[in-house]
Amino acid sequence: MSNMIKTSGHPMVKAEGVHKSFGLVPVLKGIDLEVQPQEVFCLVGPSGSGKSTFLRCINHLEKINAGRLSVDGELVGYRERGDRLYELKDREVAAKRRDIGMVFQRFNLFPHMTALGNVMEAPIQVKGESKSVARERALKLLDRVGLADKAHSYPTQLSGGQQQRVAIARALAMQPKLMLFDEPTSALDPELVGEVLDVMRGLAEDGMTMIVVTHEMGFAREVGDALVFMDDGVVVEAGHPREVLTNPQHERTKAFLSKVL
Amino acid sequence: MPPGGPTVHKSTSAGGLPPQAIKAIPVRHYGRWISAVLVLGVLSLIGVAFANADVNWNVIPDYLFFDTIVRGAANTLLITVLSMTVGVVLGIVLAVMRLSKNPVTSTVAWLYIYLFRGTPVLVQLFLWYNLALIFPVLNLGFYKDEMTDVMTPFLAALLGLGLNEAAYMAEICRAGIQSVDEGQTEASHALGLTGTQTMRRIVLPQAMRVIVPPTGNEFINMLKTSSLAYAIQYQELLKAATDISSRTLAVMEMLFVASIWYLFLTSIFSIGQYYLERRFARGATRNLPPTPLQKIRANLTRLSHRERVA
Repeated sequence: MSNMIKTSGHPMVKAEGVHKSFGLVPVLKGIDLEVQPQEVFCLVGPSGSGKSTFLRCINHLEKINAGRLSVDGELVGYRERGDRLYELKDREVAAKRRDIGMVFQRFNLFPHMTALGNVMEAPIQVKGESKSVARERALKLLDRVGLADKAHSYPTQLSGGQQQRVAIARALAMQPKLMLFDEPTSALDPELVGEVLDVMRGLAEDGMTMIVVTHEMGFAREVGDALVFMDDGVVVEAGHPREVLTNPQHERTKAFLSKVL
Repeated sequence: MPPGGPTVHKSTSAGGLPPQAIKAIPVRHYGRWISAVLVLGVLSLIGVAFANADVNWNVIPDYLFFDTIVRGAANTLLITVLSMTVGVVLGIVLAVMRLSKNPVTSTVAWLYIYLFRGTPVLVQLFLWYNLALIFPVLNLGFYKDEMTDVMTPFLAALLGLGLNEAAYMAEICRAGIQSVDEGQTEASHALGLTGTQTMRRIVLPQAMRVIVPPTGNEFINMLKTSSLAYAIQYQELLKAATDISSRTLAVMEMLFVASIWYLFLTSIFSIGQYYLERRFARGATRNLPPTPLQKIRANLTRLSHRERVA
C-alpha cells in the first residue's frame, strides 16, 4: 500500500478486519466496510455497539489494535515500508487530520472564542492562512449555515442547534475531503434537530463524503446512500438505507428498528 | 376551549391595570443590631487601649514617605513581580512537563516540585545566599566570576523566592489544565492542530480561568513572603523599617509603617486580580458581572430614576 497510486476509483475509507479494545474490553470485533467518495454513509445501531469508536478510529483519535484502516488510500496512523508498519509522529497524524472534518455530539466549540474565532482558528494555525483570508471564508461559511449574524457571539450565547452549526462551519473551514458526524443531533432539543439536519442535507447535495453516526432514521432514509447496522462491535447488516430500514433481514436489526422507528 | 379543560387566566396587566406591588412588613433582623453594637463596643475598647499605649503616633506619617521606606517598598514590589514572573513562567512549563507523555520530562518535573515544595523557602533563601561557601567560583564556560560577586542579595532573593514559587504554580497550573474538558483537546486535534498548538491556543486560555484566582492569591502571598529576604540582607520594606528602628528605637512605629505599605500594596493587587479574573471569564459566563464602577453608575441611575418615580 506504500506505493499505492491515487486513483479516483478507490474508496474514501476502507476498513478491513478493524479491531479495537479498551483494555480487555473488545469494542470493535472485525469491521469490514468501504465508503465511496461523495457518499453519505450512515452508521446506526444501539449505544455501545462501537459506531462512535469506529468513527473516532478514522481520524486516529483512537488507535486500532488489529486490521487495516485507510482513508483516501493512505493508512491511518501508520506508514508501511516493506512489510513493516511504522507509527506516525504526532505531527504527521495532525497533518492527516486536516483533511477530515469532525462534528461531535457535544459540539466541543472553543468557549473562549467567538463563533468567528472558532471557524478561523484551524485555517490560521494549521494552514498558516492570513487572518483576512481566513476571516472572509469563515464569514461565508457562517452565512452558509445561517449564522452570519452570530459571528461575534460566544458559544454560551448560542442555542445548541446554533452551536452545532458553528461546529460544522468550523470543520468545513479546513476544506476537508471527508466529514465525520458523531451523533450530531443527539444532544439537541427536538425542535433544534431540523436546522442541523438541513445544513447536513445541503452538504450532501454539494457532494461531500460524509460518515454519519445517527439515530435520525428519517435523515438516513432520505439523504443516505449507504447504511450499516452495527451491534456488539460487528457489522450486522449493510445496504441501501431504504432497503435496510424497510426490509431488515437480521433479527437484531429488526429488533433495533422496531424500537427506534 | 372545551368544557372541563384547563382555564387560563389572562394576565391582568394585559387588561390595562398594572399589577399591584406587594406591601408587606419586612423581616426584622434583631441579631444584626445586637452584633453591630457588640462589635462597636469591642472596637472602641481596642481604640482606647491603643490611644493609651506608649506609641509615638506622630512619627508614623513622618516615616511613611521616608526615602528609605519608599525605596524598600519599591524593592518589595520589584522582587515580588520578578519572582512571580519566574514562578508563573516556570510553573506553566513544569505543569506541561508533568502532564507530558514523556516519562523523562514528567519525572524531572515531579522531582523539582518534590524538592522545592518540600523545603522551607527561608532555607532555600539561605542556600542560595551562601552558595559561595561550596562553589567559590562560578564558571559557566563563557562566563567566570567570584560567586560572592554574582550571588547578590537581590539574585539570591529572586532565585529563592522565584524557584520556590514555581513549584507551587506548577501544581496550580496542572489543576487548571486538567480542568479543561477533554472534548476540547479532541476537537482541536480533529481540526489538525498539533499537541503544542492545542495546549497554547485551546487548553491554556481556558485553564487560565481556573489558574488566575489562586495565582492572585500567590501574588499577594509573595508580597508578604518577600519580607523573608530581609534575612539575606535584601533591602526590601521590612529591612528598611528595621534598619530605621534600630537607630531610632521606634520599633512598633516602624512595623506599623511597614504594615501600612503592605496593606496598600495588597489592595492594589486585589483590584488588579479582579479585572484579570473578569478578562479570563470571557465565554465562560453569558454575561460578565459588572465592574464596581459600572455598579456604582447603575446604582446612581437607579436612584435618580426612583426619585423621579416618587
